[in-house]
Amino acid sequence: MPVDAAYAHLSDNLLIATILAYAAAMLLYAVEYAFGDRGRVAAAAALTTPDAARVLVGAGGPAIPPSTGDTPTGGTATDGAVRPRTAAFGRMAIFLTVVGWIMHLGCLTSRGLAVGRAPWGNMYEFAVAATLVAVTGYLVLLSRQPVRYLGAFVMLPVVLLLGLGGTVLYVPAAPLLPALQSYWLWIHVSMITLACGIMLVGFATSVLYLLRARYERRTAVGRPVHFPTTLGVRLPAADRLERLTFRVIAFGFPILTFAVIAGAIWAEAAWGRYWGWDPKETWAFITWVIYAAYLHARSTAGWRGRGAIGIALLGWAAMMFNLFGVNLLISGFHSYSGLS
Amino acid sequence: MTVLDRGAGDAGARLSTVPPGDAPGSAPPGPVPAGPLALLRRSWRQLTSMRTALLLLFLLAVAAVPGSVLPQRGLNQIKVDDYFAQHPHLAPVLDRLSLFDTFAAPWFAGIYLLLFVSLIGCLSSRVPQHGRALLRRPPDTPRHLDRLPQSAEFRTDAEVETVAASIHSGLRRARWRVERRAEADGAVTLSAEKGYLRETGNLLFHLALVVLLFAIAMGGLFGWKATVLVTEGDGFCDSVSSYDAFEPGRLVDGQHLPPFCVRLDDFTAGYVPGTSQPASFHARIRYAAGAAEPDRPYDLRVNSPLRTAGTRVYLLGHGFSPVITVTDPTGQVFSGPSAFLPADATLASTGAVKLPDARPKQIGLDGVFTPDRDPADRLGLRSLSPRPLDPGLSIRVYEGDLGLDSGAPQSVYSLDAGRIAAKRLRLAALADGRPARVVIGPGQSVRLADGTTVRFDGYREWARIQVGRDPGQVPALGSAAVMVLGLLLSLRVRRRRVWFRFSPAESAGGPRRTLVAAGGLARDDAEAFGPEFVRVVQSAQGGRSGAG
Repeated sequence: MPVDAAYAHLSDNLLIATILAYAAAMLLYAVEYAFGDRGRVAAAAALTTPDAARVLVGAGGPAIPPSTGDTPTGGTATDGAVRPRTAAFGRMAIFLTVVGWIMHLGCLTSRGLAVGRAPWGNMYEFAVAATLVAVTGYLVLLSRQPVRYLGAFVMLPVVLLLGLGGTVLYVPAAPLLPALQSYWLWIHVSMITLACGIMLVGFATSVLYLLRARYERRTAVGRPVHFPTTLGVRLPAADRLERLTFRVIAFGFPILTFAVIAGAIWAEAAWGRYWGWDPKETWAFITWVIYAAYLHARSTAGWRGRGAIGIALLGWAAMMFNLFGVNLLISGFHSYSGLS
Repeated sequence: MTVLDRGAGDAGARLSTVPPGDAPGSAPPGPVPAGPLALLRRSWRQLTSMRTALLLLFLLAVAAVPGSVLPQRGLNQIKVDDYFAQHPHLAPVLDRLSLFDTFAAPWFAGIYLLLFVSLIGCLSSRVPQHGRALLRRPPDTPRHLDRLPQSAEFRTDAEVETVAASIHSGLRRARWRVERRAEADGAVTLSAEKGYLRETGNLLFHLALVVLLFAIAMGGLFGWKATVLVTEGDGFCDSVSSYDAFEPGRLVDGQHLPPFCVRLDDFTAGYVPGTSQPASFHARIRYAAGAAEPDRPYDLRVNSPLRTAGTRVYLLGHGFSPVITVTDPTGQVFSGPSAFLPADATLASTGAVKLPDARPKQIGLDGVFTPDRDPADRLGLRSLSPRPLDPGLSIRVYEGDLGLDSGAPQSVYSLDAGRIAAKRLRLAALADGRPARVVIGPGQSVRLADGTTVRFDGYREWARIQVGRDPGQVPALGSAAVMVLGLLLSLRVRRRRVWFRFSPAESAGGPRRTLVAAGGLARDDAEAFGPEFVRVVQSAQGGRSGAG
């Protein structure tokens, strides 16, 4: 299976353009975040409380006016109180994110066309695919919920991962090793990529929760806040971030489970056993167990707040170690990074 | 259980699916009686509590870490040996802690067995509890619906009975479980509940996890696998003696393996043009499942194992067997392929040939086969690529006593280094007096001082084939599928309740005769329940024409 050099070249150029667009978007998100008021989006976020339901249901009877003054930040936000200039930065950031996303998709697609297979056969390709899932997830979330405040925090790891991918992890377009020539590559790796991208969003919301919770704790007792806790000013209530984290992880966990099972099915066909405690398998197991512990802690044992979020962060750390540590430090069956 | 945002009260407590003793901060009720039985009961309660389960989950995750950091016997014995050589003091200590067999270690088994006991204990109370919940009718309507997290009110023109009947059937159609009750003051109430599948899925997931453990255990007890290295033209039959490595399950004796024979006709490795990257491995085999069975052909590839009734055959690796012909001074001819083991990705392979029947002295050869000889390497040890473009054989010829009769086991891939060091096996001399260490190509031969000739005829390829059975594999797959299903149900479905109270509106004339009050409560993910409650109330309202 020969490599199509034109597509491979196009893919490499699109990667650079994507990184530039995302980096610019990240800066603009940060500008809006740092200098803007909470903005329309965040003010709208304050409305998505159980009160909103009451308003809608009450349509037949007397409508209860939406409560706008009780935002947790101390009531600076009101409907439509947006400084137009900073909001323009935010809109520009979204525009650049969408442009970057299109080029990102093009980068992955042309890589796939160049090599005539699923474009996630080595670590570089995996990084490109997983970040595409993360950005897609963010954009989908953005179309349904006012989560523009997440922008800078999602873009930062995305730009870092893509940058690492384009430099340290980069390998030229090439066909696959025989062990990877299976339709399970499509299923297993795309599911892992999906799970990884979703958990990245869960990681971002976990970090934001910690910032916001610290901010709320300190302001509640009137203590001064310093950077980076000051970032918490413009975030939604900690409680809301905590629930968002749970929903994201609860959404990603079955996908992660299925991805691991698909991997076991593939391992049976390729290596003659469905589970053999290869380092990659071991860390997938560790990651899975930690996220399972998070779900138990959160939904059954009734832990809220920092304890559960700490477990979620640990899960993400294990996932990242599985991606980078195991591929680069430990040799095993999954030595497909293409790096030597 | 502090789950609900506000005002959940009694109804909220009853909606909780957590076993009573498990709520945070709840102590075992009543005075604790003394005695062994009480202690036992208390330890059991402790073990099956969620906090213990969490702790065990964490322990399990931490316990798995050394298995990925330290070399493991099950994965690579050579690396374990290397580790022993590099850390002569540390390694035996780690070994005593079973850290080179982490996943078979007693402490690892201890953790997961405790976890499963805890799980089974938890299930044993929750399965009947859920069974009872399935049979129970939705609970009474709370007096103050407006104190629930979700609530709404509207009036409608129809009679109480008509409205109630219409909303009742509407809820039924939407697959709510509905209970109609009449209250003392003439009001009618509907209690509806939905989302039992959440707990069903939850229990299903955990039960499947237990089944999975049993399936894995079944594979460990009754399964077996064996690997064998087969050169083109050769074959093997299913008996322990024909295997290079045999890993039986704990209850497999190896004497009664099913009759099964495999022959390797041809092995081909394809490469990406212009590179040494492999693109395909392809073994053409013939197999017979049973003595009376005819041979059947099969194309064995990576990712495409042969699956016959119960037995599975996999292609795991490949390499080269140089064909070497040795003629000893008495005229005896020894000829055949010998499998050499690849040492690196270029398939430069090492191996040995042992001829205990050669006369006057036993002859041993060891050396390196290079599929693509590096012309710059005069020792002939390096290969440029794994493709057999320019094969070469770099060999040393030894004479003396191979020591095969001594009873000590030897590797077939190397000569006994101890005997070479002890000069019981000496490097032979060439006809011109130089030591017998040569690099030869296909068809070339070398003549020793004593008249022995060694000829490198060419090569054949070999394939490493794994044969095995795992009776737990299909049950494991089935339980894994049930696990995913259960997980999806338990994380996506919400358990929720809605109540309606229909009371005749006494007040102020006009057509609005019935007052409808509604309340809603979700045990999980209360935030997402809001919009659904709105829809339920809207459809209830919409179903009554003229309302609104």
